Amino acid sequence: MRLLLREVLLSFRRTPLLSALSVTTIAFALFTVGLFGLVAVNLRQALRGVEERVEIVAFVLRGTPSETITLASQDVAAFPEVSDVAYVSEDQALARARKDLVEFRDAYRDLQVNPLPASLEIRLKPGYRDSRHVQSVAERLRSFKFVEDVRYGRDWIARLDQLRNLTGLVGFLIGAAFAAVAVVIIGVTIRLTILQRAREIAIMRVVGASNWFVRGPFLLEGAFKGLMGGLLSLALCRAAYTLFQQNVGGALSGLIFFNTGHMLLIVLFGVLLGLGGSLVSVGRHLRDVH
Amino acid sequence: MIRFAHVFKSYPNGALALKDVSFLLNKGEFVFLTGHSGAGKSTILKLLFGEQRPTQGEVRVANFVVNTLRAGDVPRLRRRLGVVFQDFRLLADRTASENVAFALEVTGARRDTIPARVMRVLTQVGLASKARAYPRELSGGEQQRVAIARALVNDPPILLADEPTGNLDERATRGVFQLLREINGGGTLVVMATHDLDLVRQTTYRTIELRDGGIVFDSAVDEVKA
Ligand SMILES: Nc1ncnc2c1ncn2[C@@H]1O[C@H](COP(=O)(O)OP(=O)(O)O)[C@@H](O)[C@H]1O
Ligand SMILES: [Mg+2]
Repeated sequence: MRLLLREVLLSFRRTPLLSALSVTTIAFALFTVGLFGLVAVNLRQALRGVEERVEIVAFVLRGTPSETITLASQDVAAFPEVSDVAYVSEDQALARARKDLVEFRDAYRDLQVNPLPASLEIRLKPGYRDSRHVQSVAERLRSFKFVEDVRYGRDWIARLDQLRNLTGLVGFLIGAAFAAVAVVIIGVTIRLTILQRAREIAIMRVVGASNWFVRGPFLLEGAFKGLMGGLLSLALCRAAYTLFQQNVGGALSGLIFFNTGHMLLIVLFGVLLGLGGSLVSVGRHLRDVH
Repeated sequence: MIRFAHVFKSYPNGALALKDVSFLLNKGEFVFLTGHSGAGKSTILKLLFGEQRPTQGEVRVANFVVNTLRAGDVPRLRRRLGVVFQDFRLLADRTASENVAFALEVTGARRDTIPARVMRVLTQVGLASKARAYPRELSGGEQQRVAIARALVNDPPILLADEPTGNLDERATRGVFQLLREINGGGTLVVMATHDLDLVRQTTYRTIELRDGGIVFDSAVDEVKA
């Protein structure tokens, strides 16, 4: 084991430039993923706030008897997606409008007839607050005869969903491109190291060193570079986050950074990237050494 | 201990290096492989230490069947063999004793046993006093002795030598050859490829002569018949 560690340190000294380059590309790959990840994490956080407020409003036909509505609202409350149902009568709607819409207070006061319909306000349980479930509940509400219209922030919810998915995808693609470059650079480094050490490796093999013993240092080196790259990318993400917060963050309150799980995942990803990259090329290049 | 049965070997480029080669080598024998350059001597040795696989026929070495050797078994086979080459293959940045120790380090020997084992083989090859010398400070004959010490340090029952005296002057050749005979005297099966016929004629050791990949003479077979 100590021998392996010594080999790793030696290899950094043998090819300092390429080793540094490998670490940097891994860091950039994870930094890109990290940045988009941060945006996604914050979008999700924002969506959570929005979703709390997701409501479906079913407007009730004028003149529907209140017993019908009470019964129906019990049915609706029994939908698996629904957390609670509130009945807002015509009078309550008017009172709320007068309170909320200050500009129109006078207009509403002078009204002889209440123009506002009664409604059922439905809130969904957590986990069902996405556009698919909202639409399916709305669909079922429409099938009630006394329901005149159903309103919900459909487009808006769908768009936030899309944005989140798109952010994830773009981050993933750019990150994958960087990761591919990192793997290539790791491969070149290994190729050079193997050429430099061809004689030593050939002797190791002829005296019966196990295949893993020959590969071990390369793999360990790759994993170590991945670790460094992962840590570096976290530092970069943190710096970018702080910079963003200081300059524009004021307008957006409640920004969050990765939690410990996310950070561990990024570092683990780096280690796997370094290890995988080494594994792929070490076998191929070692075959040329005799 | 070693058995070739109707072995054919062709290289990927189409060169047919061995044609129907069969022989049996026993424990404790000393065997010369002779023949002009390109006859197939090195190919036989490469098959013996698992660097090449036979195209046809069967190669057995010390309970291993080389034909079907898995990648993980090649190192196990090689720990039961010592191999030396014409060009010594020493590491220039390590001393004689470090070169020998290298073979133990990379095969996972216990660290605390290494210095004693290294000194023992260096003494056996007559180089105890040069343990701290770097290869460039040693003569060709001495460098080959270091390589032999490295090959012996795992106590293999078989020693393969591919033209071990090919780069040496006459005096060093005699010394190295004498050392190989001593090693054989200790019970090790020694297979030595050489085209130095003077060396071969000095002794009565078994000789297998190759030409264009086929055996044209095997003293163990042909002299019994004659
Ligand atoms: N790695 C190789 N690839 C292709 N041909 C080879 C290779 N090694 C040896 N040969 C060919 O096989 C034949 C036998 O070579 P070799 O076993 O090295 O002979 P020797 O050791 O008796 O000089 C030669 O014709 C040589 O050109
Ligand atoms: Mg040869």
